[in-house]
Amino acid sequence: MSNKDKKECLIVSWKDLTCGALIKDLKRIKENKTGSWRSQKPVFNKEKCINCYRCWMYCPDSAILIENDKVVGINYDYCKGCGICAQECPKKVQAIVMVREEK
Amino acid sequence: MILAKTGNEAIAYAMKQINPDVVAAYPITPATEIVQIFSSYVADGIVDTEFIAVESEHSAMSACIAAAASGARAMTATSSQGLALMHEMLFIASGLRLPIVLCVVNRSLSSPLNIHCDHTDSLASRDSGWIQIFCEDAQEAYDTTICAVKIAEKALLPVMITIDGFIISHCMQKIEVLPDEEVKSFIGEYKPNYNLLDVENPITLGPACLPDSFFEHKRAQAEGMNQALTCIEKVFKEYKERFDRELPILEEYQTEDAEVAIICMGSTAGTSKVAVNNLRKKGYRVGLFKLRVFRPIVVKYLQRTLRNIKILGILERMEGLSAFGGPLFNEIRSVLYDEIKRPITVSYVYGLGGREITPEEIEEIFLELLSLKNKKRKSIEKFKYINVR
Repeated sequence: MSNKDKKECLIVSWKDLTCGALIKDLKRIKENKTGSWRSQKPVFNKEKCINCYRCWMYCPDSAILIENDKVVGINYDYCKGCGICAQECPKKVQAIVMVREEK
Repeated sequence: MILAKTGNEAIAYAMKQINPDVVAAYPITPATEIVQIFSSYVADGIVDTEFIAVESEHSAMSACIAAAASGARAMTATSSQGLALMHEMLFIASGLRLPIVLCVVNRSLSSPLNIHCDHTDSLASRDSGWIQIFCEDAQEAYDTTICAVKIAEKALLPVMITIDGFIISHCMQKIEVLPDEEVKSFIGEYKPNYNLLDVENPITLGPACLPDSFFEHKRAQAEGMNQALTCIEKVFKEYKERFDRELPILEEYQTEDAEVAIICMGSTAGTSKVAVNNLRKKGYRVGLFKLRVFRPIVVKYLQRTLRNIKILGILERMEGLSAFGGPLFNEIRSVLYDEIKRPITVSYVYGLGGREITPEEIEEIFLELLSLKNKKRKSIEKFKYINVR
């Protein structure tokens, strides 16, 4: 591990770890952005959305953004691009479609 | 109270007194009876346990893991192929540091198919991060099952206790049991460090730990096993002080002045004691070591006791298929390597698939070991089989 990597790493020593890799401080999970894993990303079309919330219910990463009771988009910091939201979006609506992630 | 119990019945009785929160199990010969008897305690309302009849041993261990993560005392029992099917989940239980107790009734692994005793199943799980304690008889199985609960919770590691399939599991012996309330007070109330179902205090369990943290978690887990022996010692000591019952870690039998000795695990220790007695009567200085705690490796016990022996026969109820002996042989040799004075070691593989071993055969082993006394270390054949045609 390079010195740069060591600095960025949250864990200093094995002695500081919780038993069994348990995470009690859930705030730290937010620091761990998993959006970079995507190979495909969901694209949200506000015009087509009927606010049925199916995407919000099924999203395993709670990455569907809601404002004033309306779906407003996707949190790409945490969305892993699994495609469940696009799959669950009603066929007649198609407010979410998956596209290739461009880095 | 003295009762007549088979090994399986003794373990089921101990489980009844432990009254675990969850037992999830799938039947397999020769361990079936343990959970079958226990399920009747559940049906009769004698215990408060949630009994989950699952569809496989993989599920049995998965359910125990989930239960333990939810702050429950979880137990199960299995044998052979069942333990092999649990293999994946064994590592998860220990990695999550969950104090699950698993009663293994030792049986060979297929193929060829066989339902009888050897130690291949639990020895094949040796690197899964579980504490492993072998029991000689029904009494030891009863006492160890009770202690295992406390050891697991102290060490925060899962514990496997084992008895020999059919030889102990189905053989009726006289055992002395403790009153229910004594067992209850000895194991005490379980106070888990966390509870996955506690929505007020949410936690994440089993996160992905990639190259930047996985290594540190494994190092921390290793420390858990490094400290486990102290936990075992404490619990056995407390058990002795309270109930006047000695539960050895490495039992020594007639070893004080012994020139040659054998070391073995499980029921064969009982057979070996007869052989030692017979030879002692004839004036031979022979002794026996009964290894109870296989994981963690009890280095200081082995080094302290074995270094004074001239020739040591290592009786192994498993064929390691390594072209250099089984795990017991290799580990004991490795432990002795740093000792300046160390015995010559000979591996004796015996009893595979339930092949009987008699006191006479063990006497022959002793006599053979005695005959090697003046031979050169290198000229001695290291790998022997007992009673194979």
